[in-house]
Amino acid sequence: MTTTSSTLTLPAGFSLDPRVQRPLVILLALVAPIVALSFGKSWVRVLDFAMLYVMLAIGLNLVVGFAGLLDLGYIAFYAVGAYTWAFLASPHFGIHLPFWVVLPLGAAFAAAAGITLGFPTLRLRGDYLAIVTLGFGEIIRIFMNNLNQPINITNGPQGIDSIDPLVIGGVDLSMDTSIFGLHTPSVVLYYYAFLACVVAALILVRRCQISRIGRAWAAIRDDELAAKAIGIDTRAMKLLAFAMGATFGGVAGGLFSAFQGFVSPESFSLTESIVVLTMVVLGGMGNLAGVVLGAVLLTALPELLRHFAVPMQMALFGKTLLDPEVLRMLLLSLAMIVMMLVRPAGLLPARTRYAHRDRRNA
Amino acid sequence: MITLLESRTVNKRFGGLQALTDVSLKIHRGEVYGLIGPNGAGKTTFFNVLTGAYPIDGGEFVMNGAELPGGKPHLIVQHGIARTFQNIRLFRELTALENVMAGHHIRSSAGIWGVLAQTRATREEERLMQERALEILDYVGIGRHADTVAKNLSYGDQRRLEIARALATEPQLLALDEPAAGMNATETAGLRALVETIRADGVTVLLIEHDVKLIMGLCDRVAVLDFGKKIAEGTPAEVQRDPDVIRAYLGGHRAH
Repeated sequence: MTTTSSTLTLPAGFSLDPRVQRPLVILLALVAPIVALSFGKSWVRVLDFAMLYVMLAIGLNLVVGFAGLLDLGYIAFYAVGAYTWAFLASPHFGIHLPFWVVLPLGAAFAAAAGITLGFPTLRLRGDYLAIVTLGFGEIIRIFMNNLNQPINITNGPQGIDSIDPLVIGGVDLSMDTSIFGLHTPSVVLYYYAFLACVVAALILVRRCQISRIGRAWAAIRDDELAAKAIGIDTRAMKLLAFAMGATFGGVAGGLFSAFQGFVSPESFSLTESIVVLTMVVLGGMGNLAGVVLGAVLLTALPELLRHFAVPMQMALFGKTLLDPEVLRMLLLSLAMIVMMLVRPAGLLPARTRYAHRDRRNA
Repeated sequence: MITLLESRTVNKRFGGLQALTDVSLKIHRGEVYGLIGPNGAGKTTFFNVLTGAYPIDGGEFVMNGAELPGGKPHLIVQHGIARTFQNIRLFRELTALENVMAGHHIRSSAGIWGVLAQTRATREEERLMQERALEILDYVGIGRHADTVAKNLSYGDQRRLEIARALATEPQLLALDEPAAGMNATETAGLRALVETIRADGVTVLLIEHDVKLIMGLCDRVAVLDFGKKIAEGTPAEVQRDPDVIRAYLGGHRAH
C-alpha cells in the first residue's frame, strides 16, 4: 500500500527497506482481521470501519492534498452514497437492487453532488472555500434530517433501517459463512470486501496522481495563475477533482449503509468531516501511504481508548470521570496540536511523486 | 517579413487609471522583440492583457491572422503564446522534470478514463512526455537537476526552469517578463545565449527587460512604452537616439 519511493521513516528514526516494506504491509492487511478476531468480533468491526475511513481519507486527500482545495464538507458525499444505498436497497421504498447497480449509482450521485459543490466555488480558495464547503456539508445533513415531509423521502431523524446487506455472488456478507470448512464471521467477510475496495481506490488514485491530470492538480495547488498560463483549464480540473473525490466518498457511503444496515443524518455531522480531514493531515497530506496510516490510526486509537479508558478510570477513581467519546475528541485535538508542532508535514511526509522515475534515478 | 502577433489599439484601464492607451505593434516571426520603458509604464500590464490574465478593455490581439480570445489564459496558450513571470512562479513542490511535464499539458491528451484504465496510449504518451521533458531540461541547461524539487533550485536555475516549462507548451511566441532580473553578470550572459538559441530554433521572443545592455545586444526591434503609450519603435540603435525616449527615461516631461 505504500506509494513512496523513499524508505518509510518512522518517528523514532528507525527505517525499513522498501523491498521489505511493501510485502509487510500487504501481509499485515491480510492477517489483521484474523488476529483481531482472536480478541473478539468487535475488534474486526473496528477494522471494517478503519477501511471505510481509509476510503474516505483517500478521496478527501485527492481534493485537499492533490488539488489543494480545502473541503470541510466532505462527509456530505459519504451521506449521498449512504442514502442512495438506503433508498435503492431497503424496504423503505420497497426497492432491492443489487450492489453492482446501487454502488455505481451512489458513486455517480456523489460525483454529481461534487460538481454541484464545485461550480459555485470555482473562484474560491483557502478560507473562503472552506467556509462554503462547510455550509454545503451541513445543508446535505439538514436536508436528510427534514425531508420526511410533506413527502417522506429520508424518514427524517429516525433514519432508514433494515437496509439490505452487501451480497456478492450469492454470498450474503451479513451472515457468518463457512469458507473451506472454516467458520468465517460476517465482519471478516466485510473486511476483505472493503479491503478490496480500498486497494482498487489506491490503484486508481495513484494512476491519477502520476499522470497529466495529477500534475495539473498539483500545478493548480502550487500556483493557480501559473497553471492557467501553461494552458491548464483550471475550471475543468477543479471540477474533476471534486467529482473524483466525491466518488470515493459515495462508494464508502454505500458500503457503510450496507454494513451498518441503518443510516441516519446523525452519522454525517461536521465532526465526521473534521475527523476525516484530521486523518489526511495527520498522515501526511498528499502522500497516499501517510493518508492510509492516518485513517487506520485514528479509527483504531479511539476504540482502544474506549476499551481501556472506562475500566482504567473505574479502577483508579471508582467511577467514570471522562466519557470515552469526550476523551476521543480531546485526544484527537491534542494529537493535532502536537503534530503541528513536531511534524507539521504529517507522519509520513515523504514527497509525493507526479512522474514515473524508475529508469534513471540520479 | 511575416507578422506573427499584432496588437491593435489595445487599451486597459484600472478604475480611473489608463494603464494602456492604443498600443499597436507588430511582432515579426523569428525576431526578438523588446518592450522597454520606465517602471510603471505598462509593460507587464501589456503582457497580462496579451496572455489573458487581465481582460482587455479595447482593441485586439491578432496571432497568425486569428483574433485571440480575451481573458482566457488557457486558450491563449493553445494559440502558441507562452509566458514567464517577473516574480518566478513555479510549481514549488514538483521536481524540475514534473514542472516541465506539467507544461506539456495542452500538448497531451490523456483523459480521466485513459488514466484510470492506464491504456496503452496513455502509458506511451506519458513515456514520450517524460523523454521530451528531459530533452527540454537539457536544452535550457538544467538537465542534471531533473529530480530536484523546484523550490530547492538556485535562483538562476529557477528562471531557466520557468523558460523550460513555457517551452514545453511548444509556443511560437515566448514572452519573457524580465528574465534577467536579479541575475549576476555570468547568469545574464548564460540567459542571453539561451535566448539566442531559442530564436535560432524558430521561436519568436517578446522580451520585457530593464537591462539595457541585454536589450541592445539581443533585440532586433524595440518598442518603448511610457505612461501606457507607445512612444517609439525601431532598432535598438534608433530607439536609443530618440528624443522622446531620452526624455521619458530622464524624466524631462514629468518635471512640470
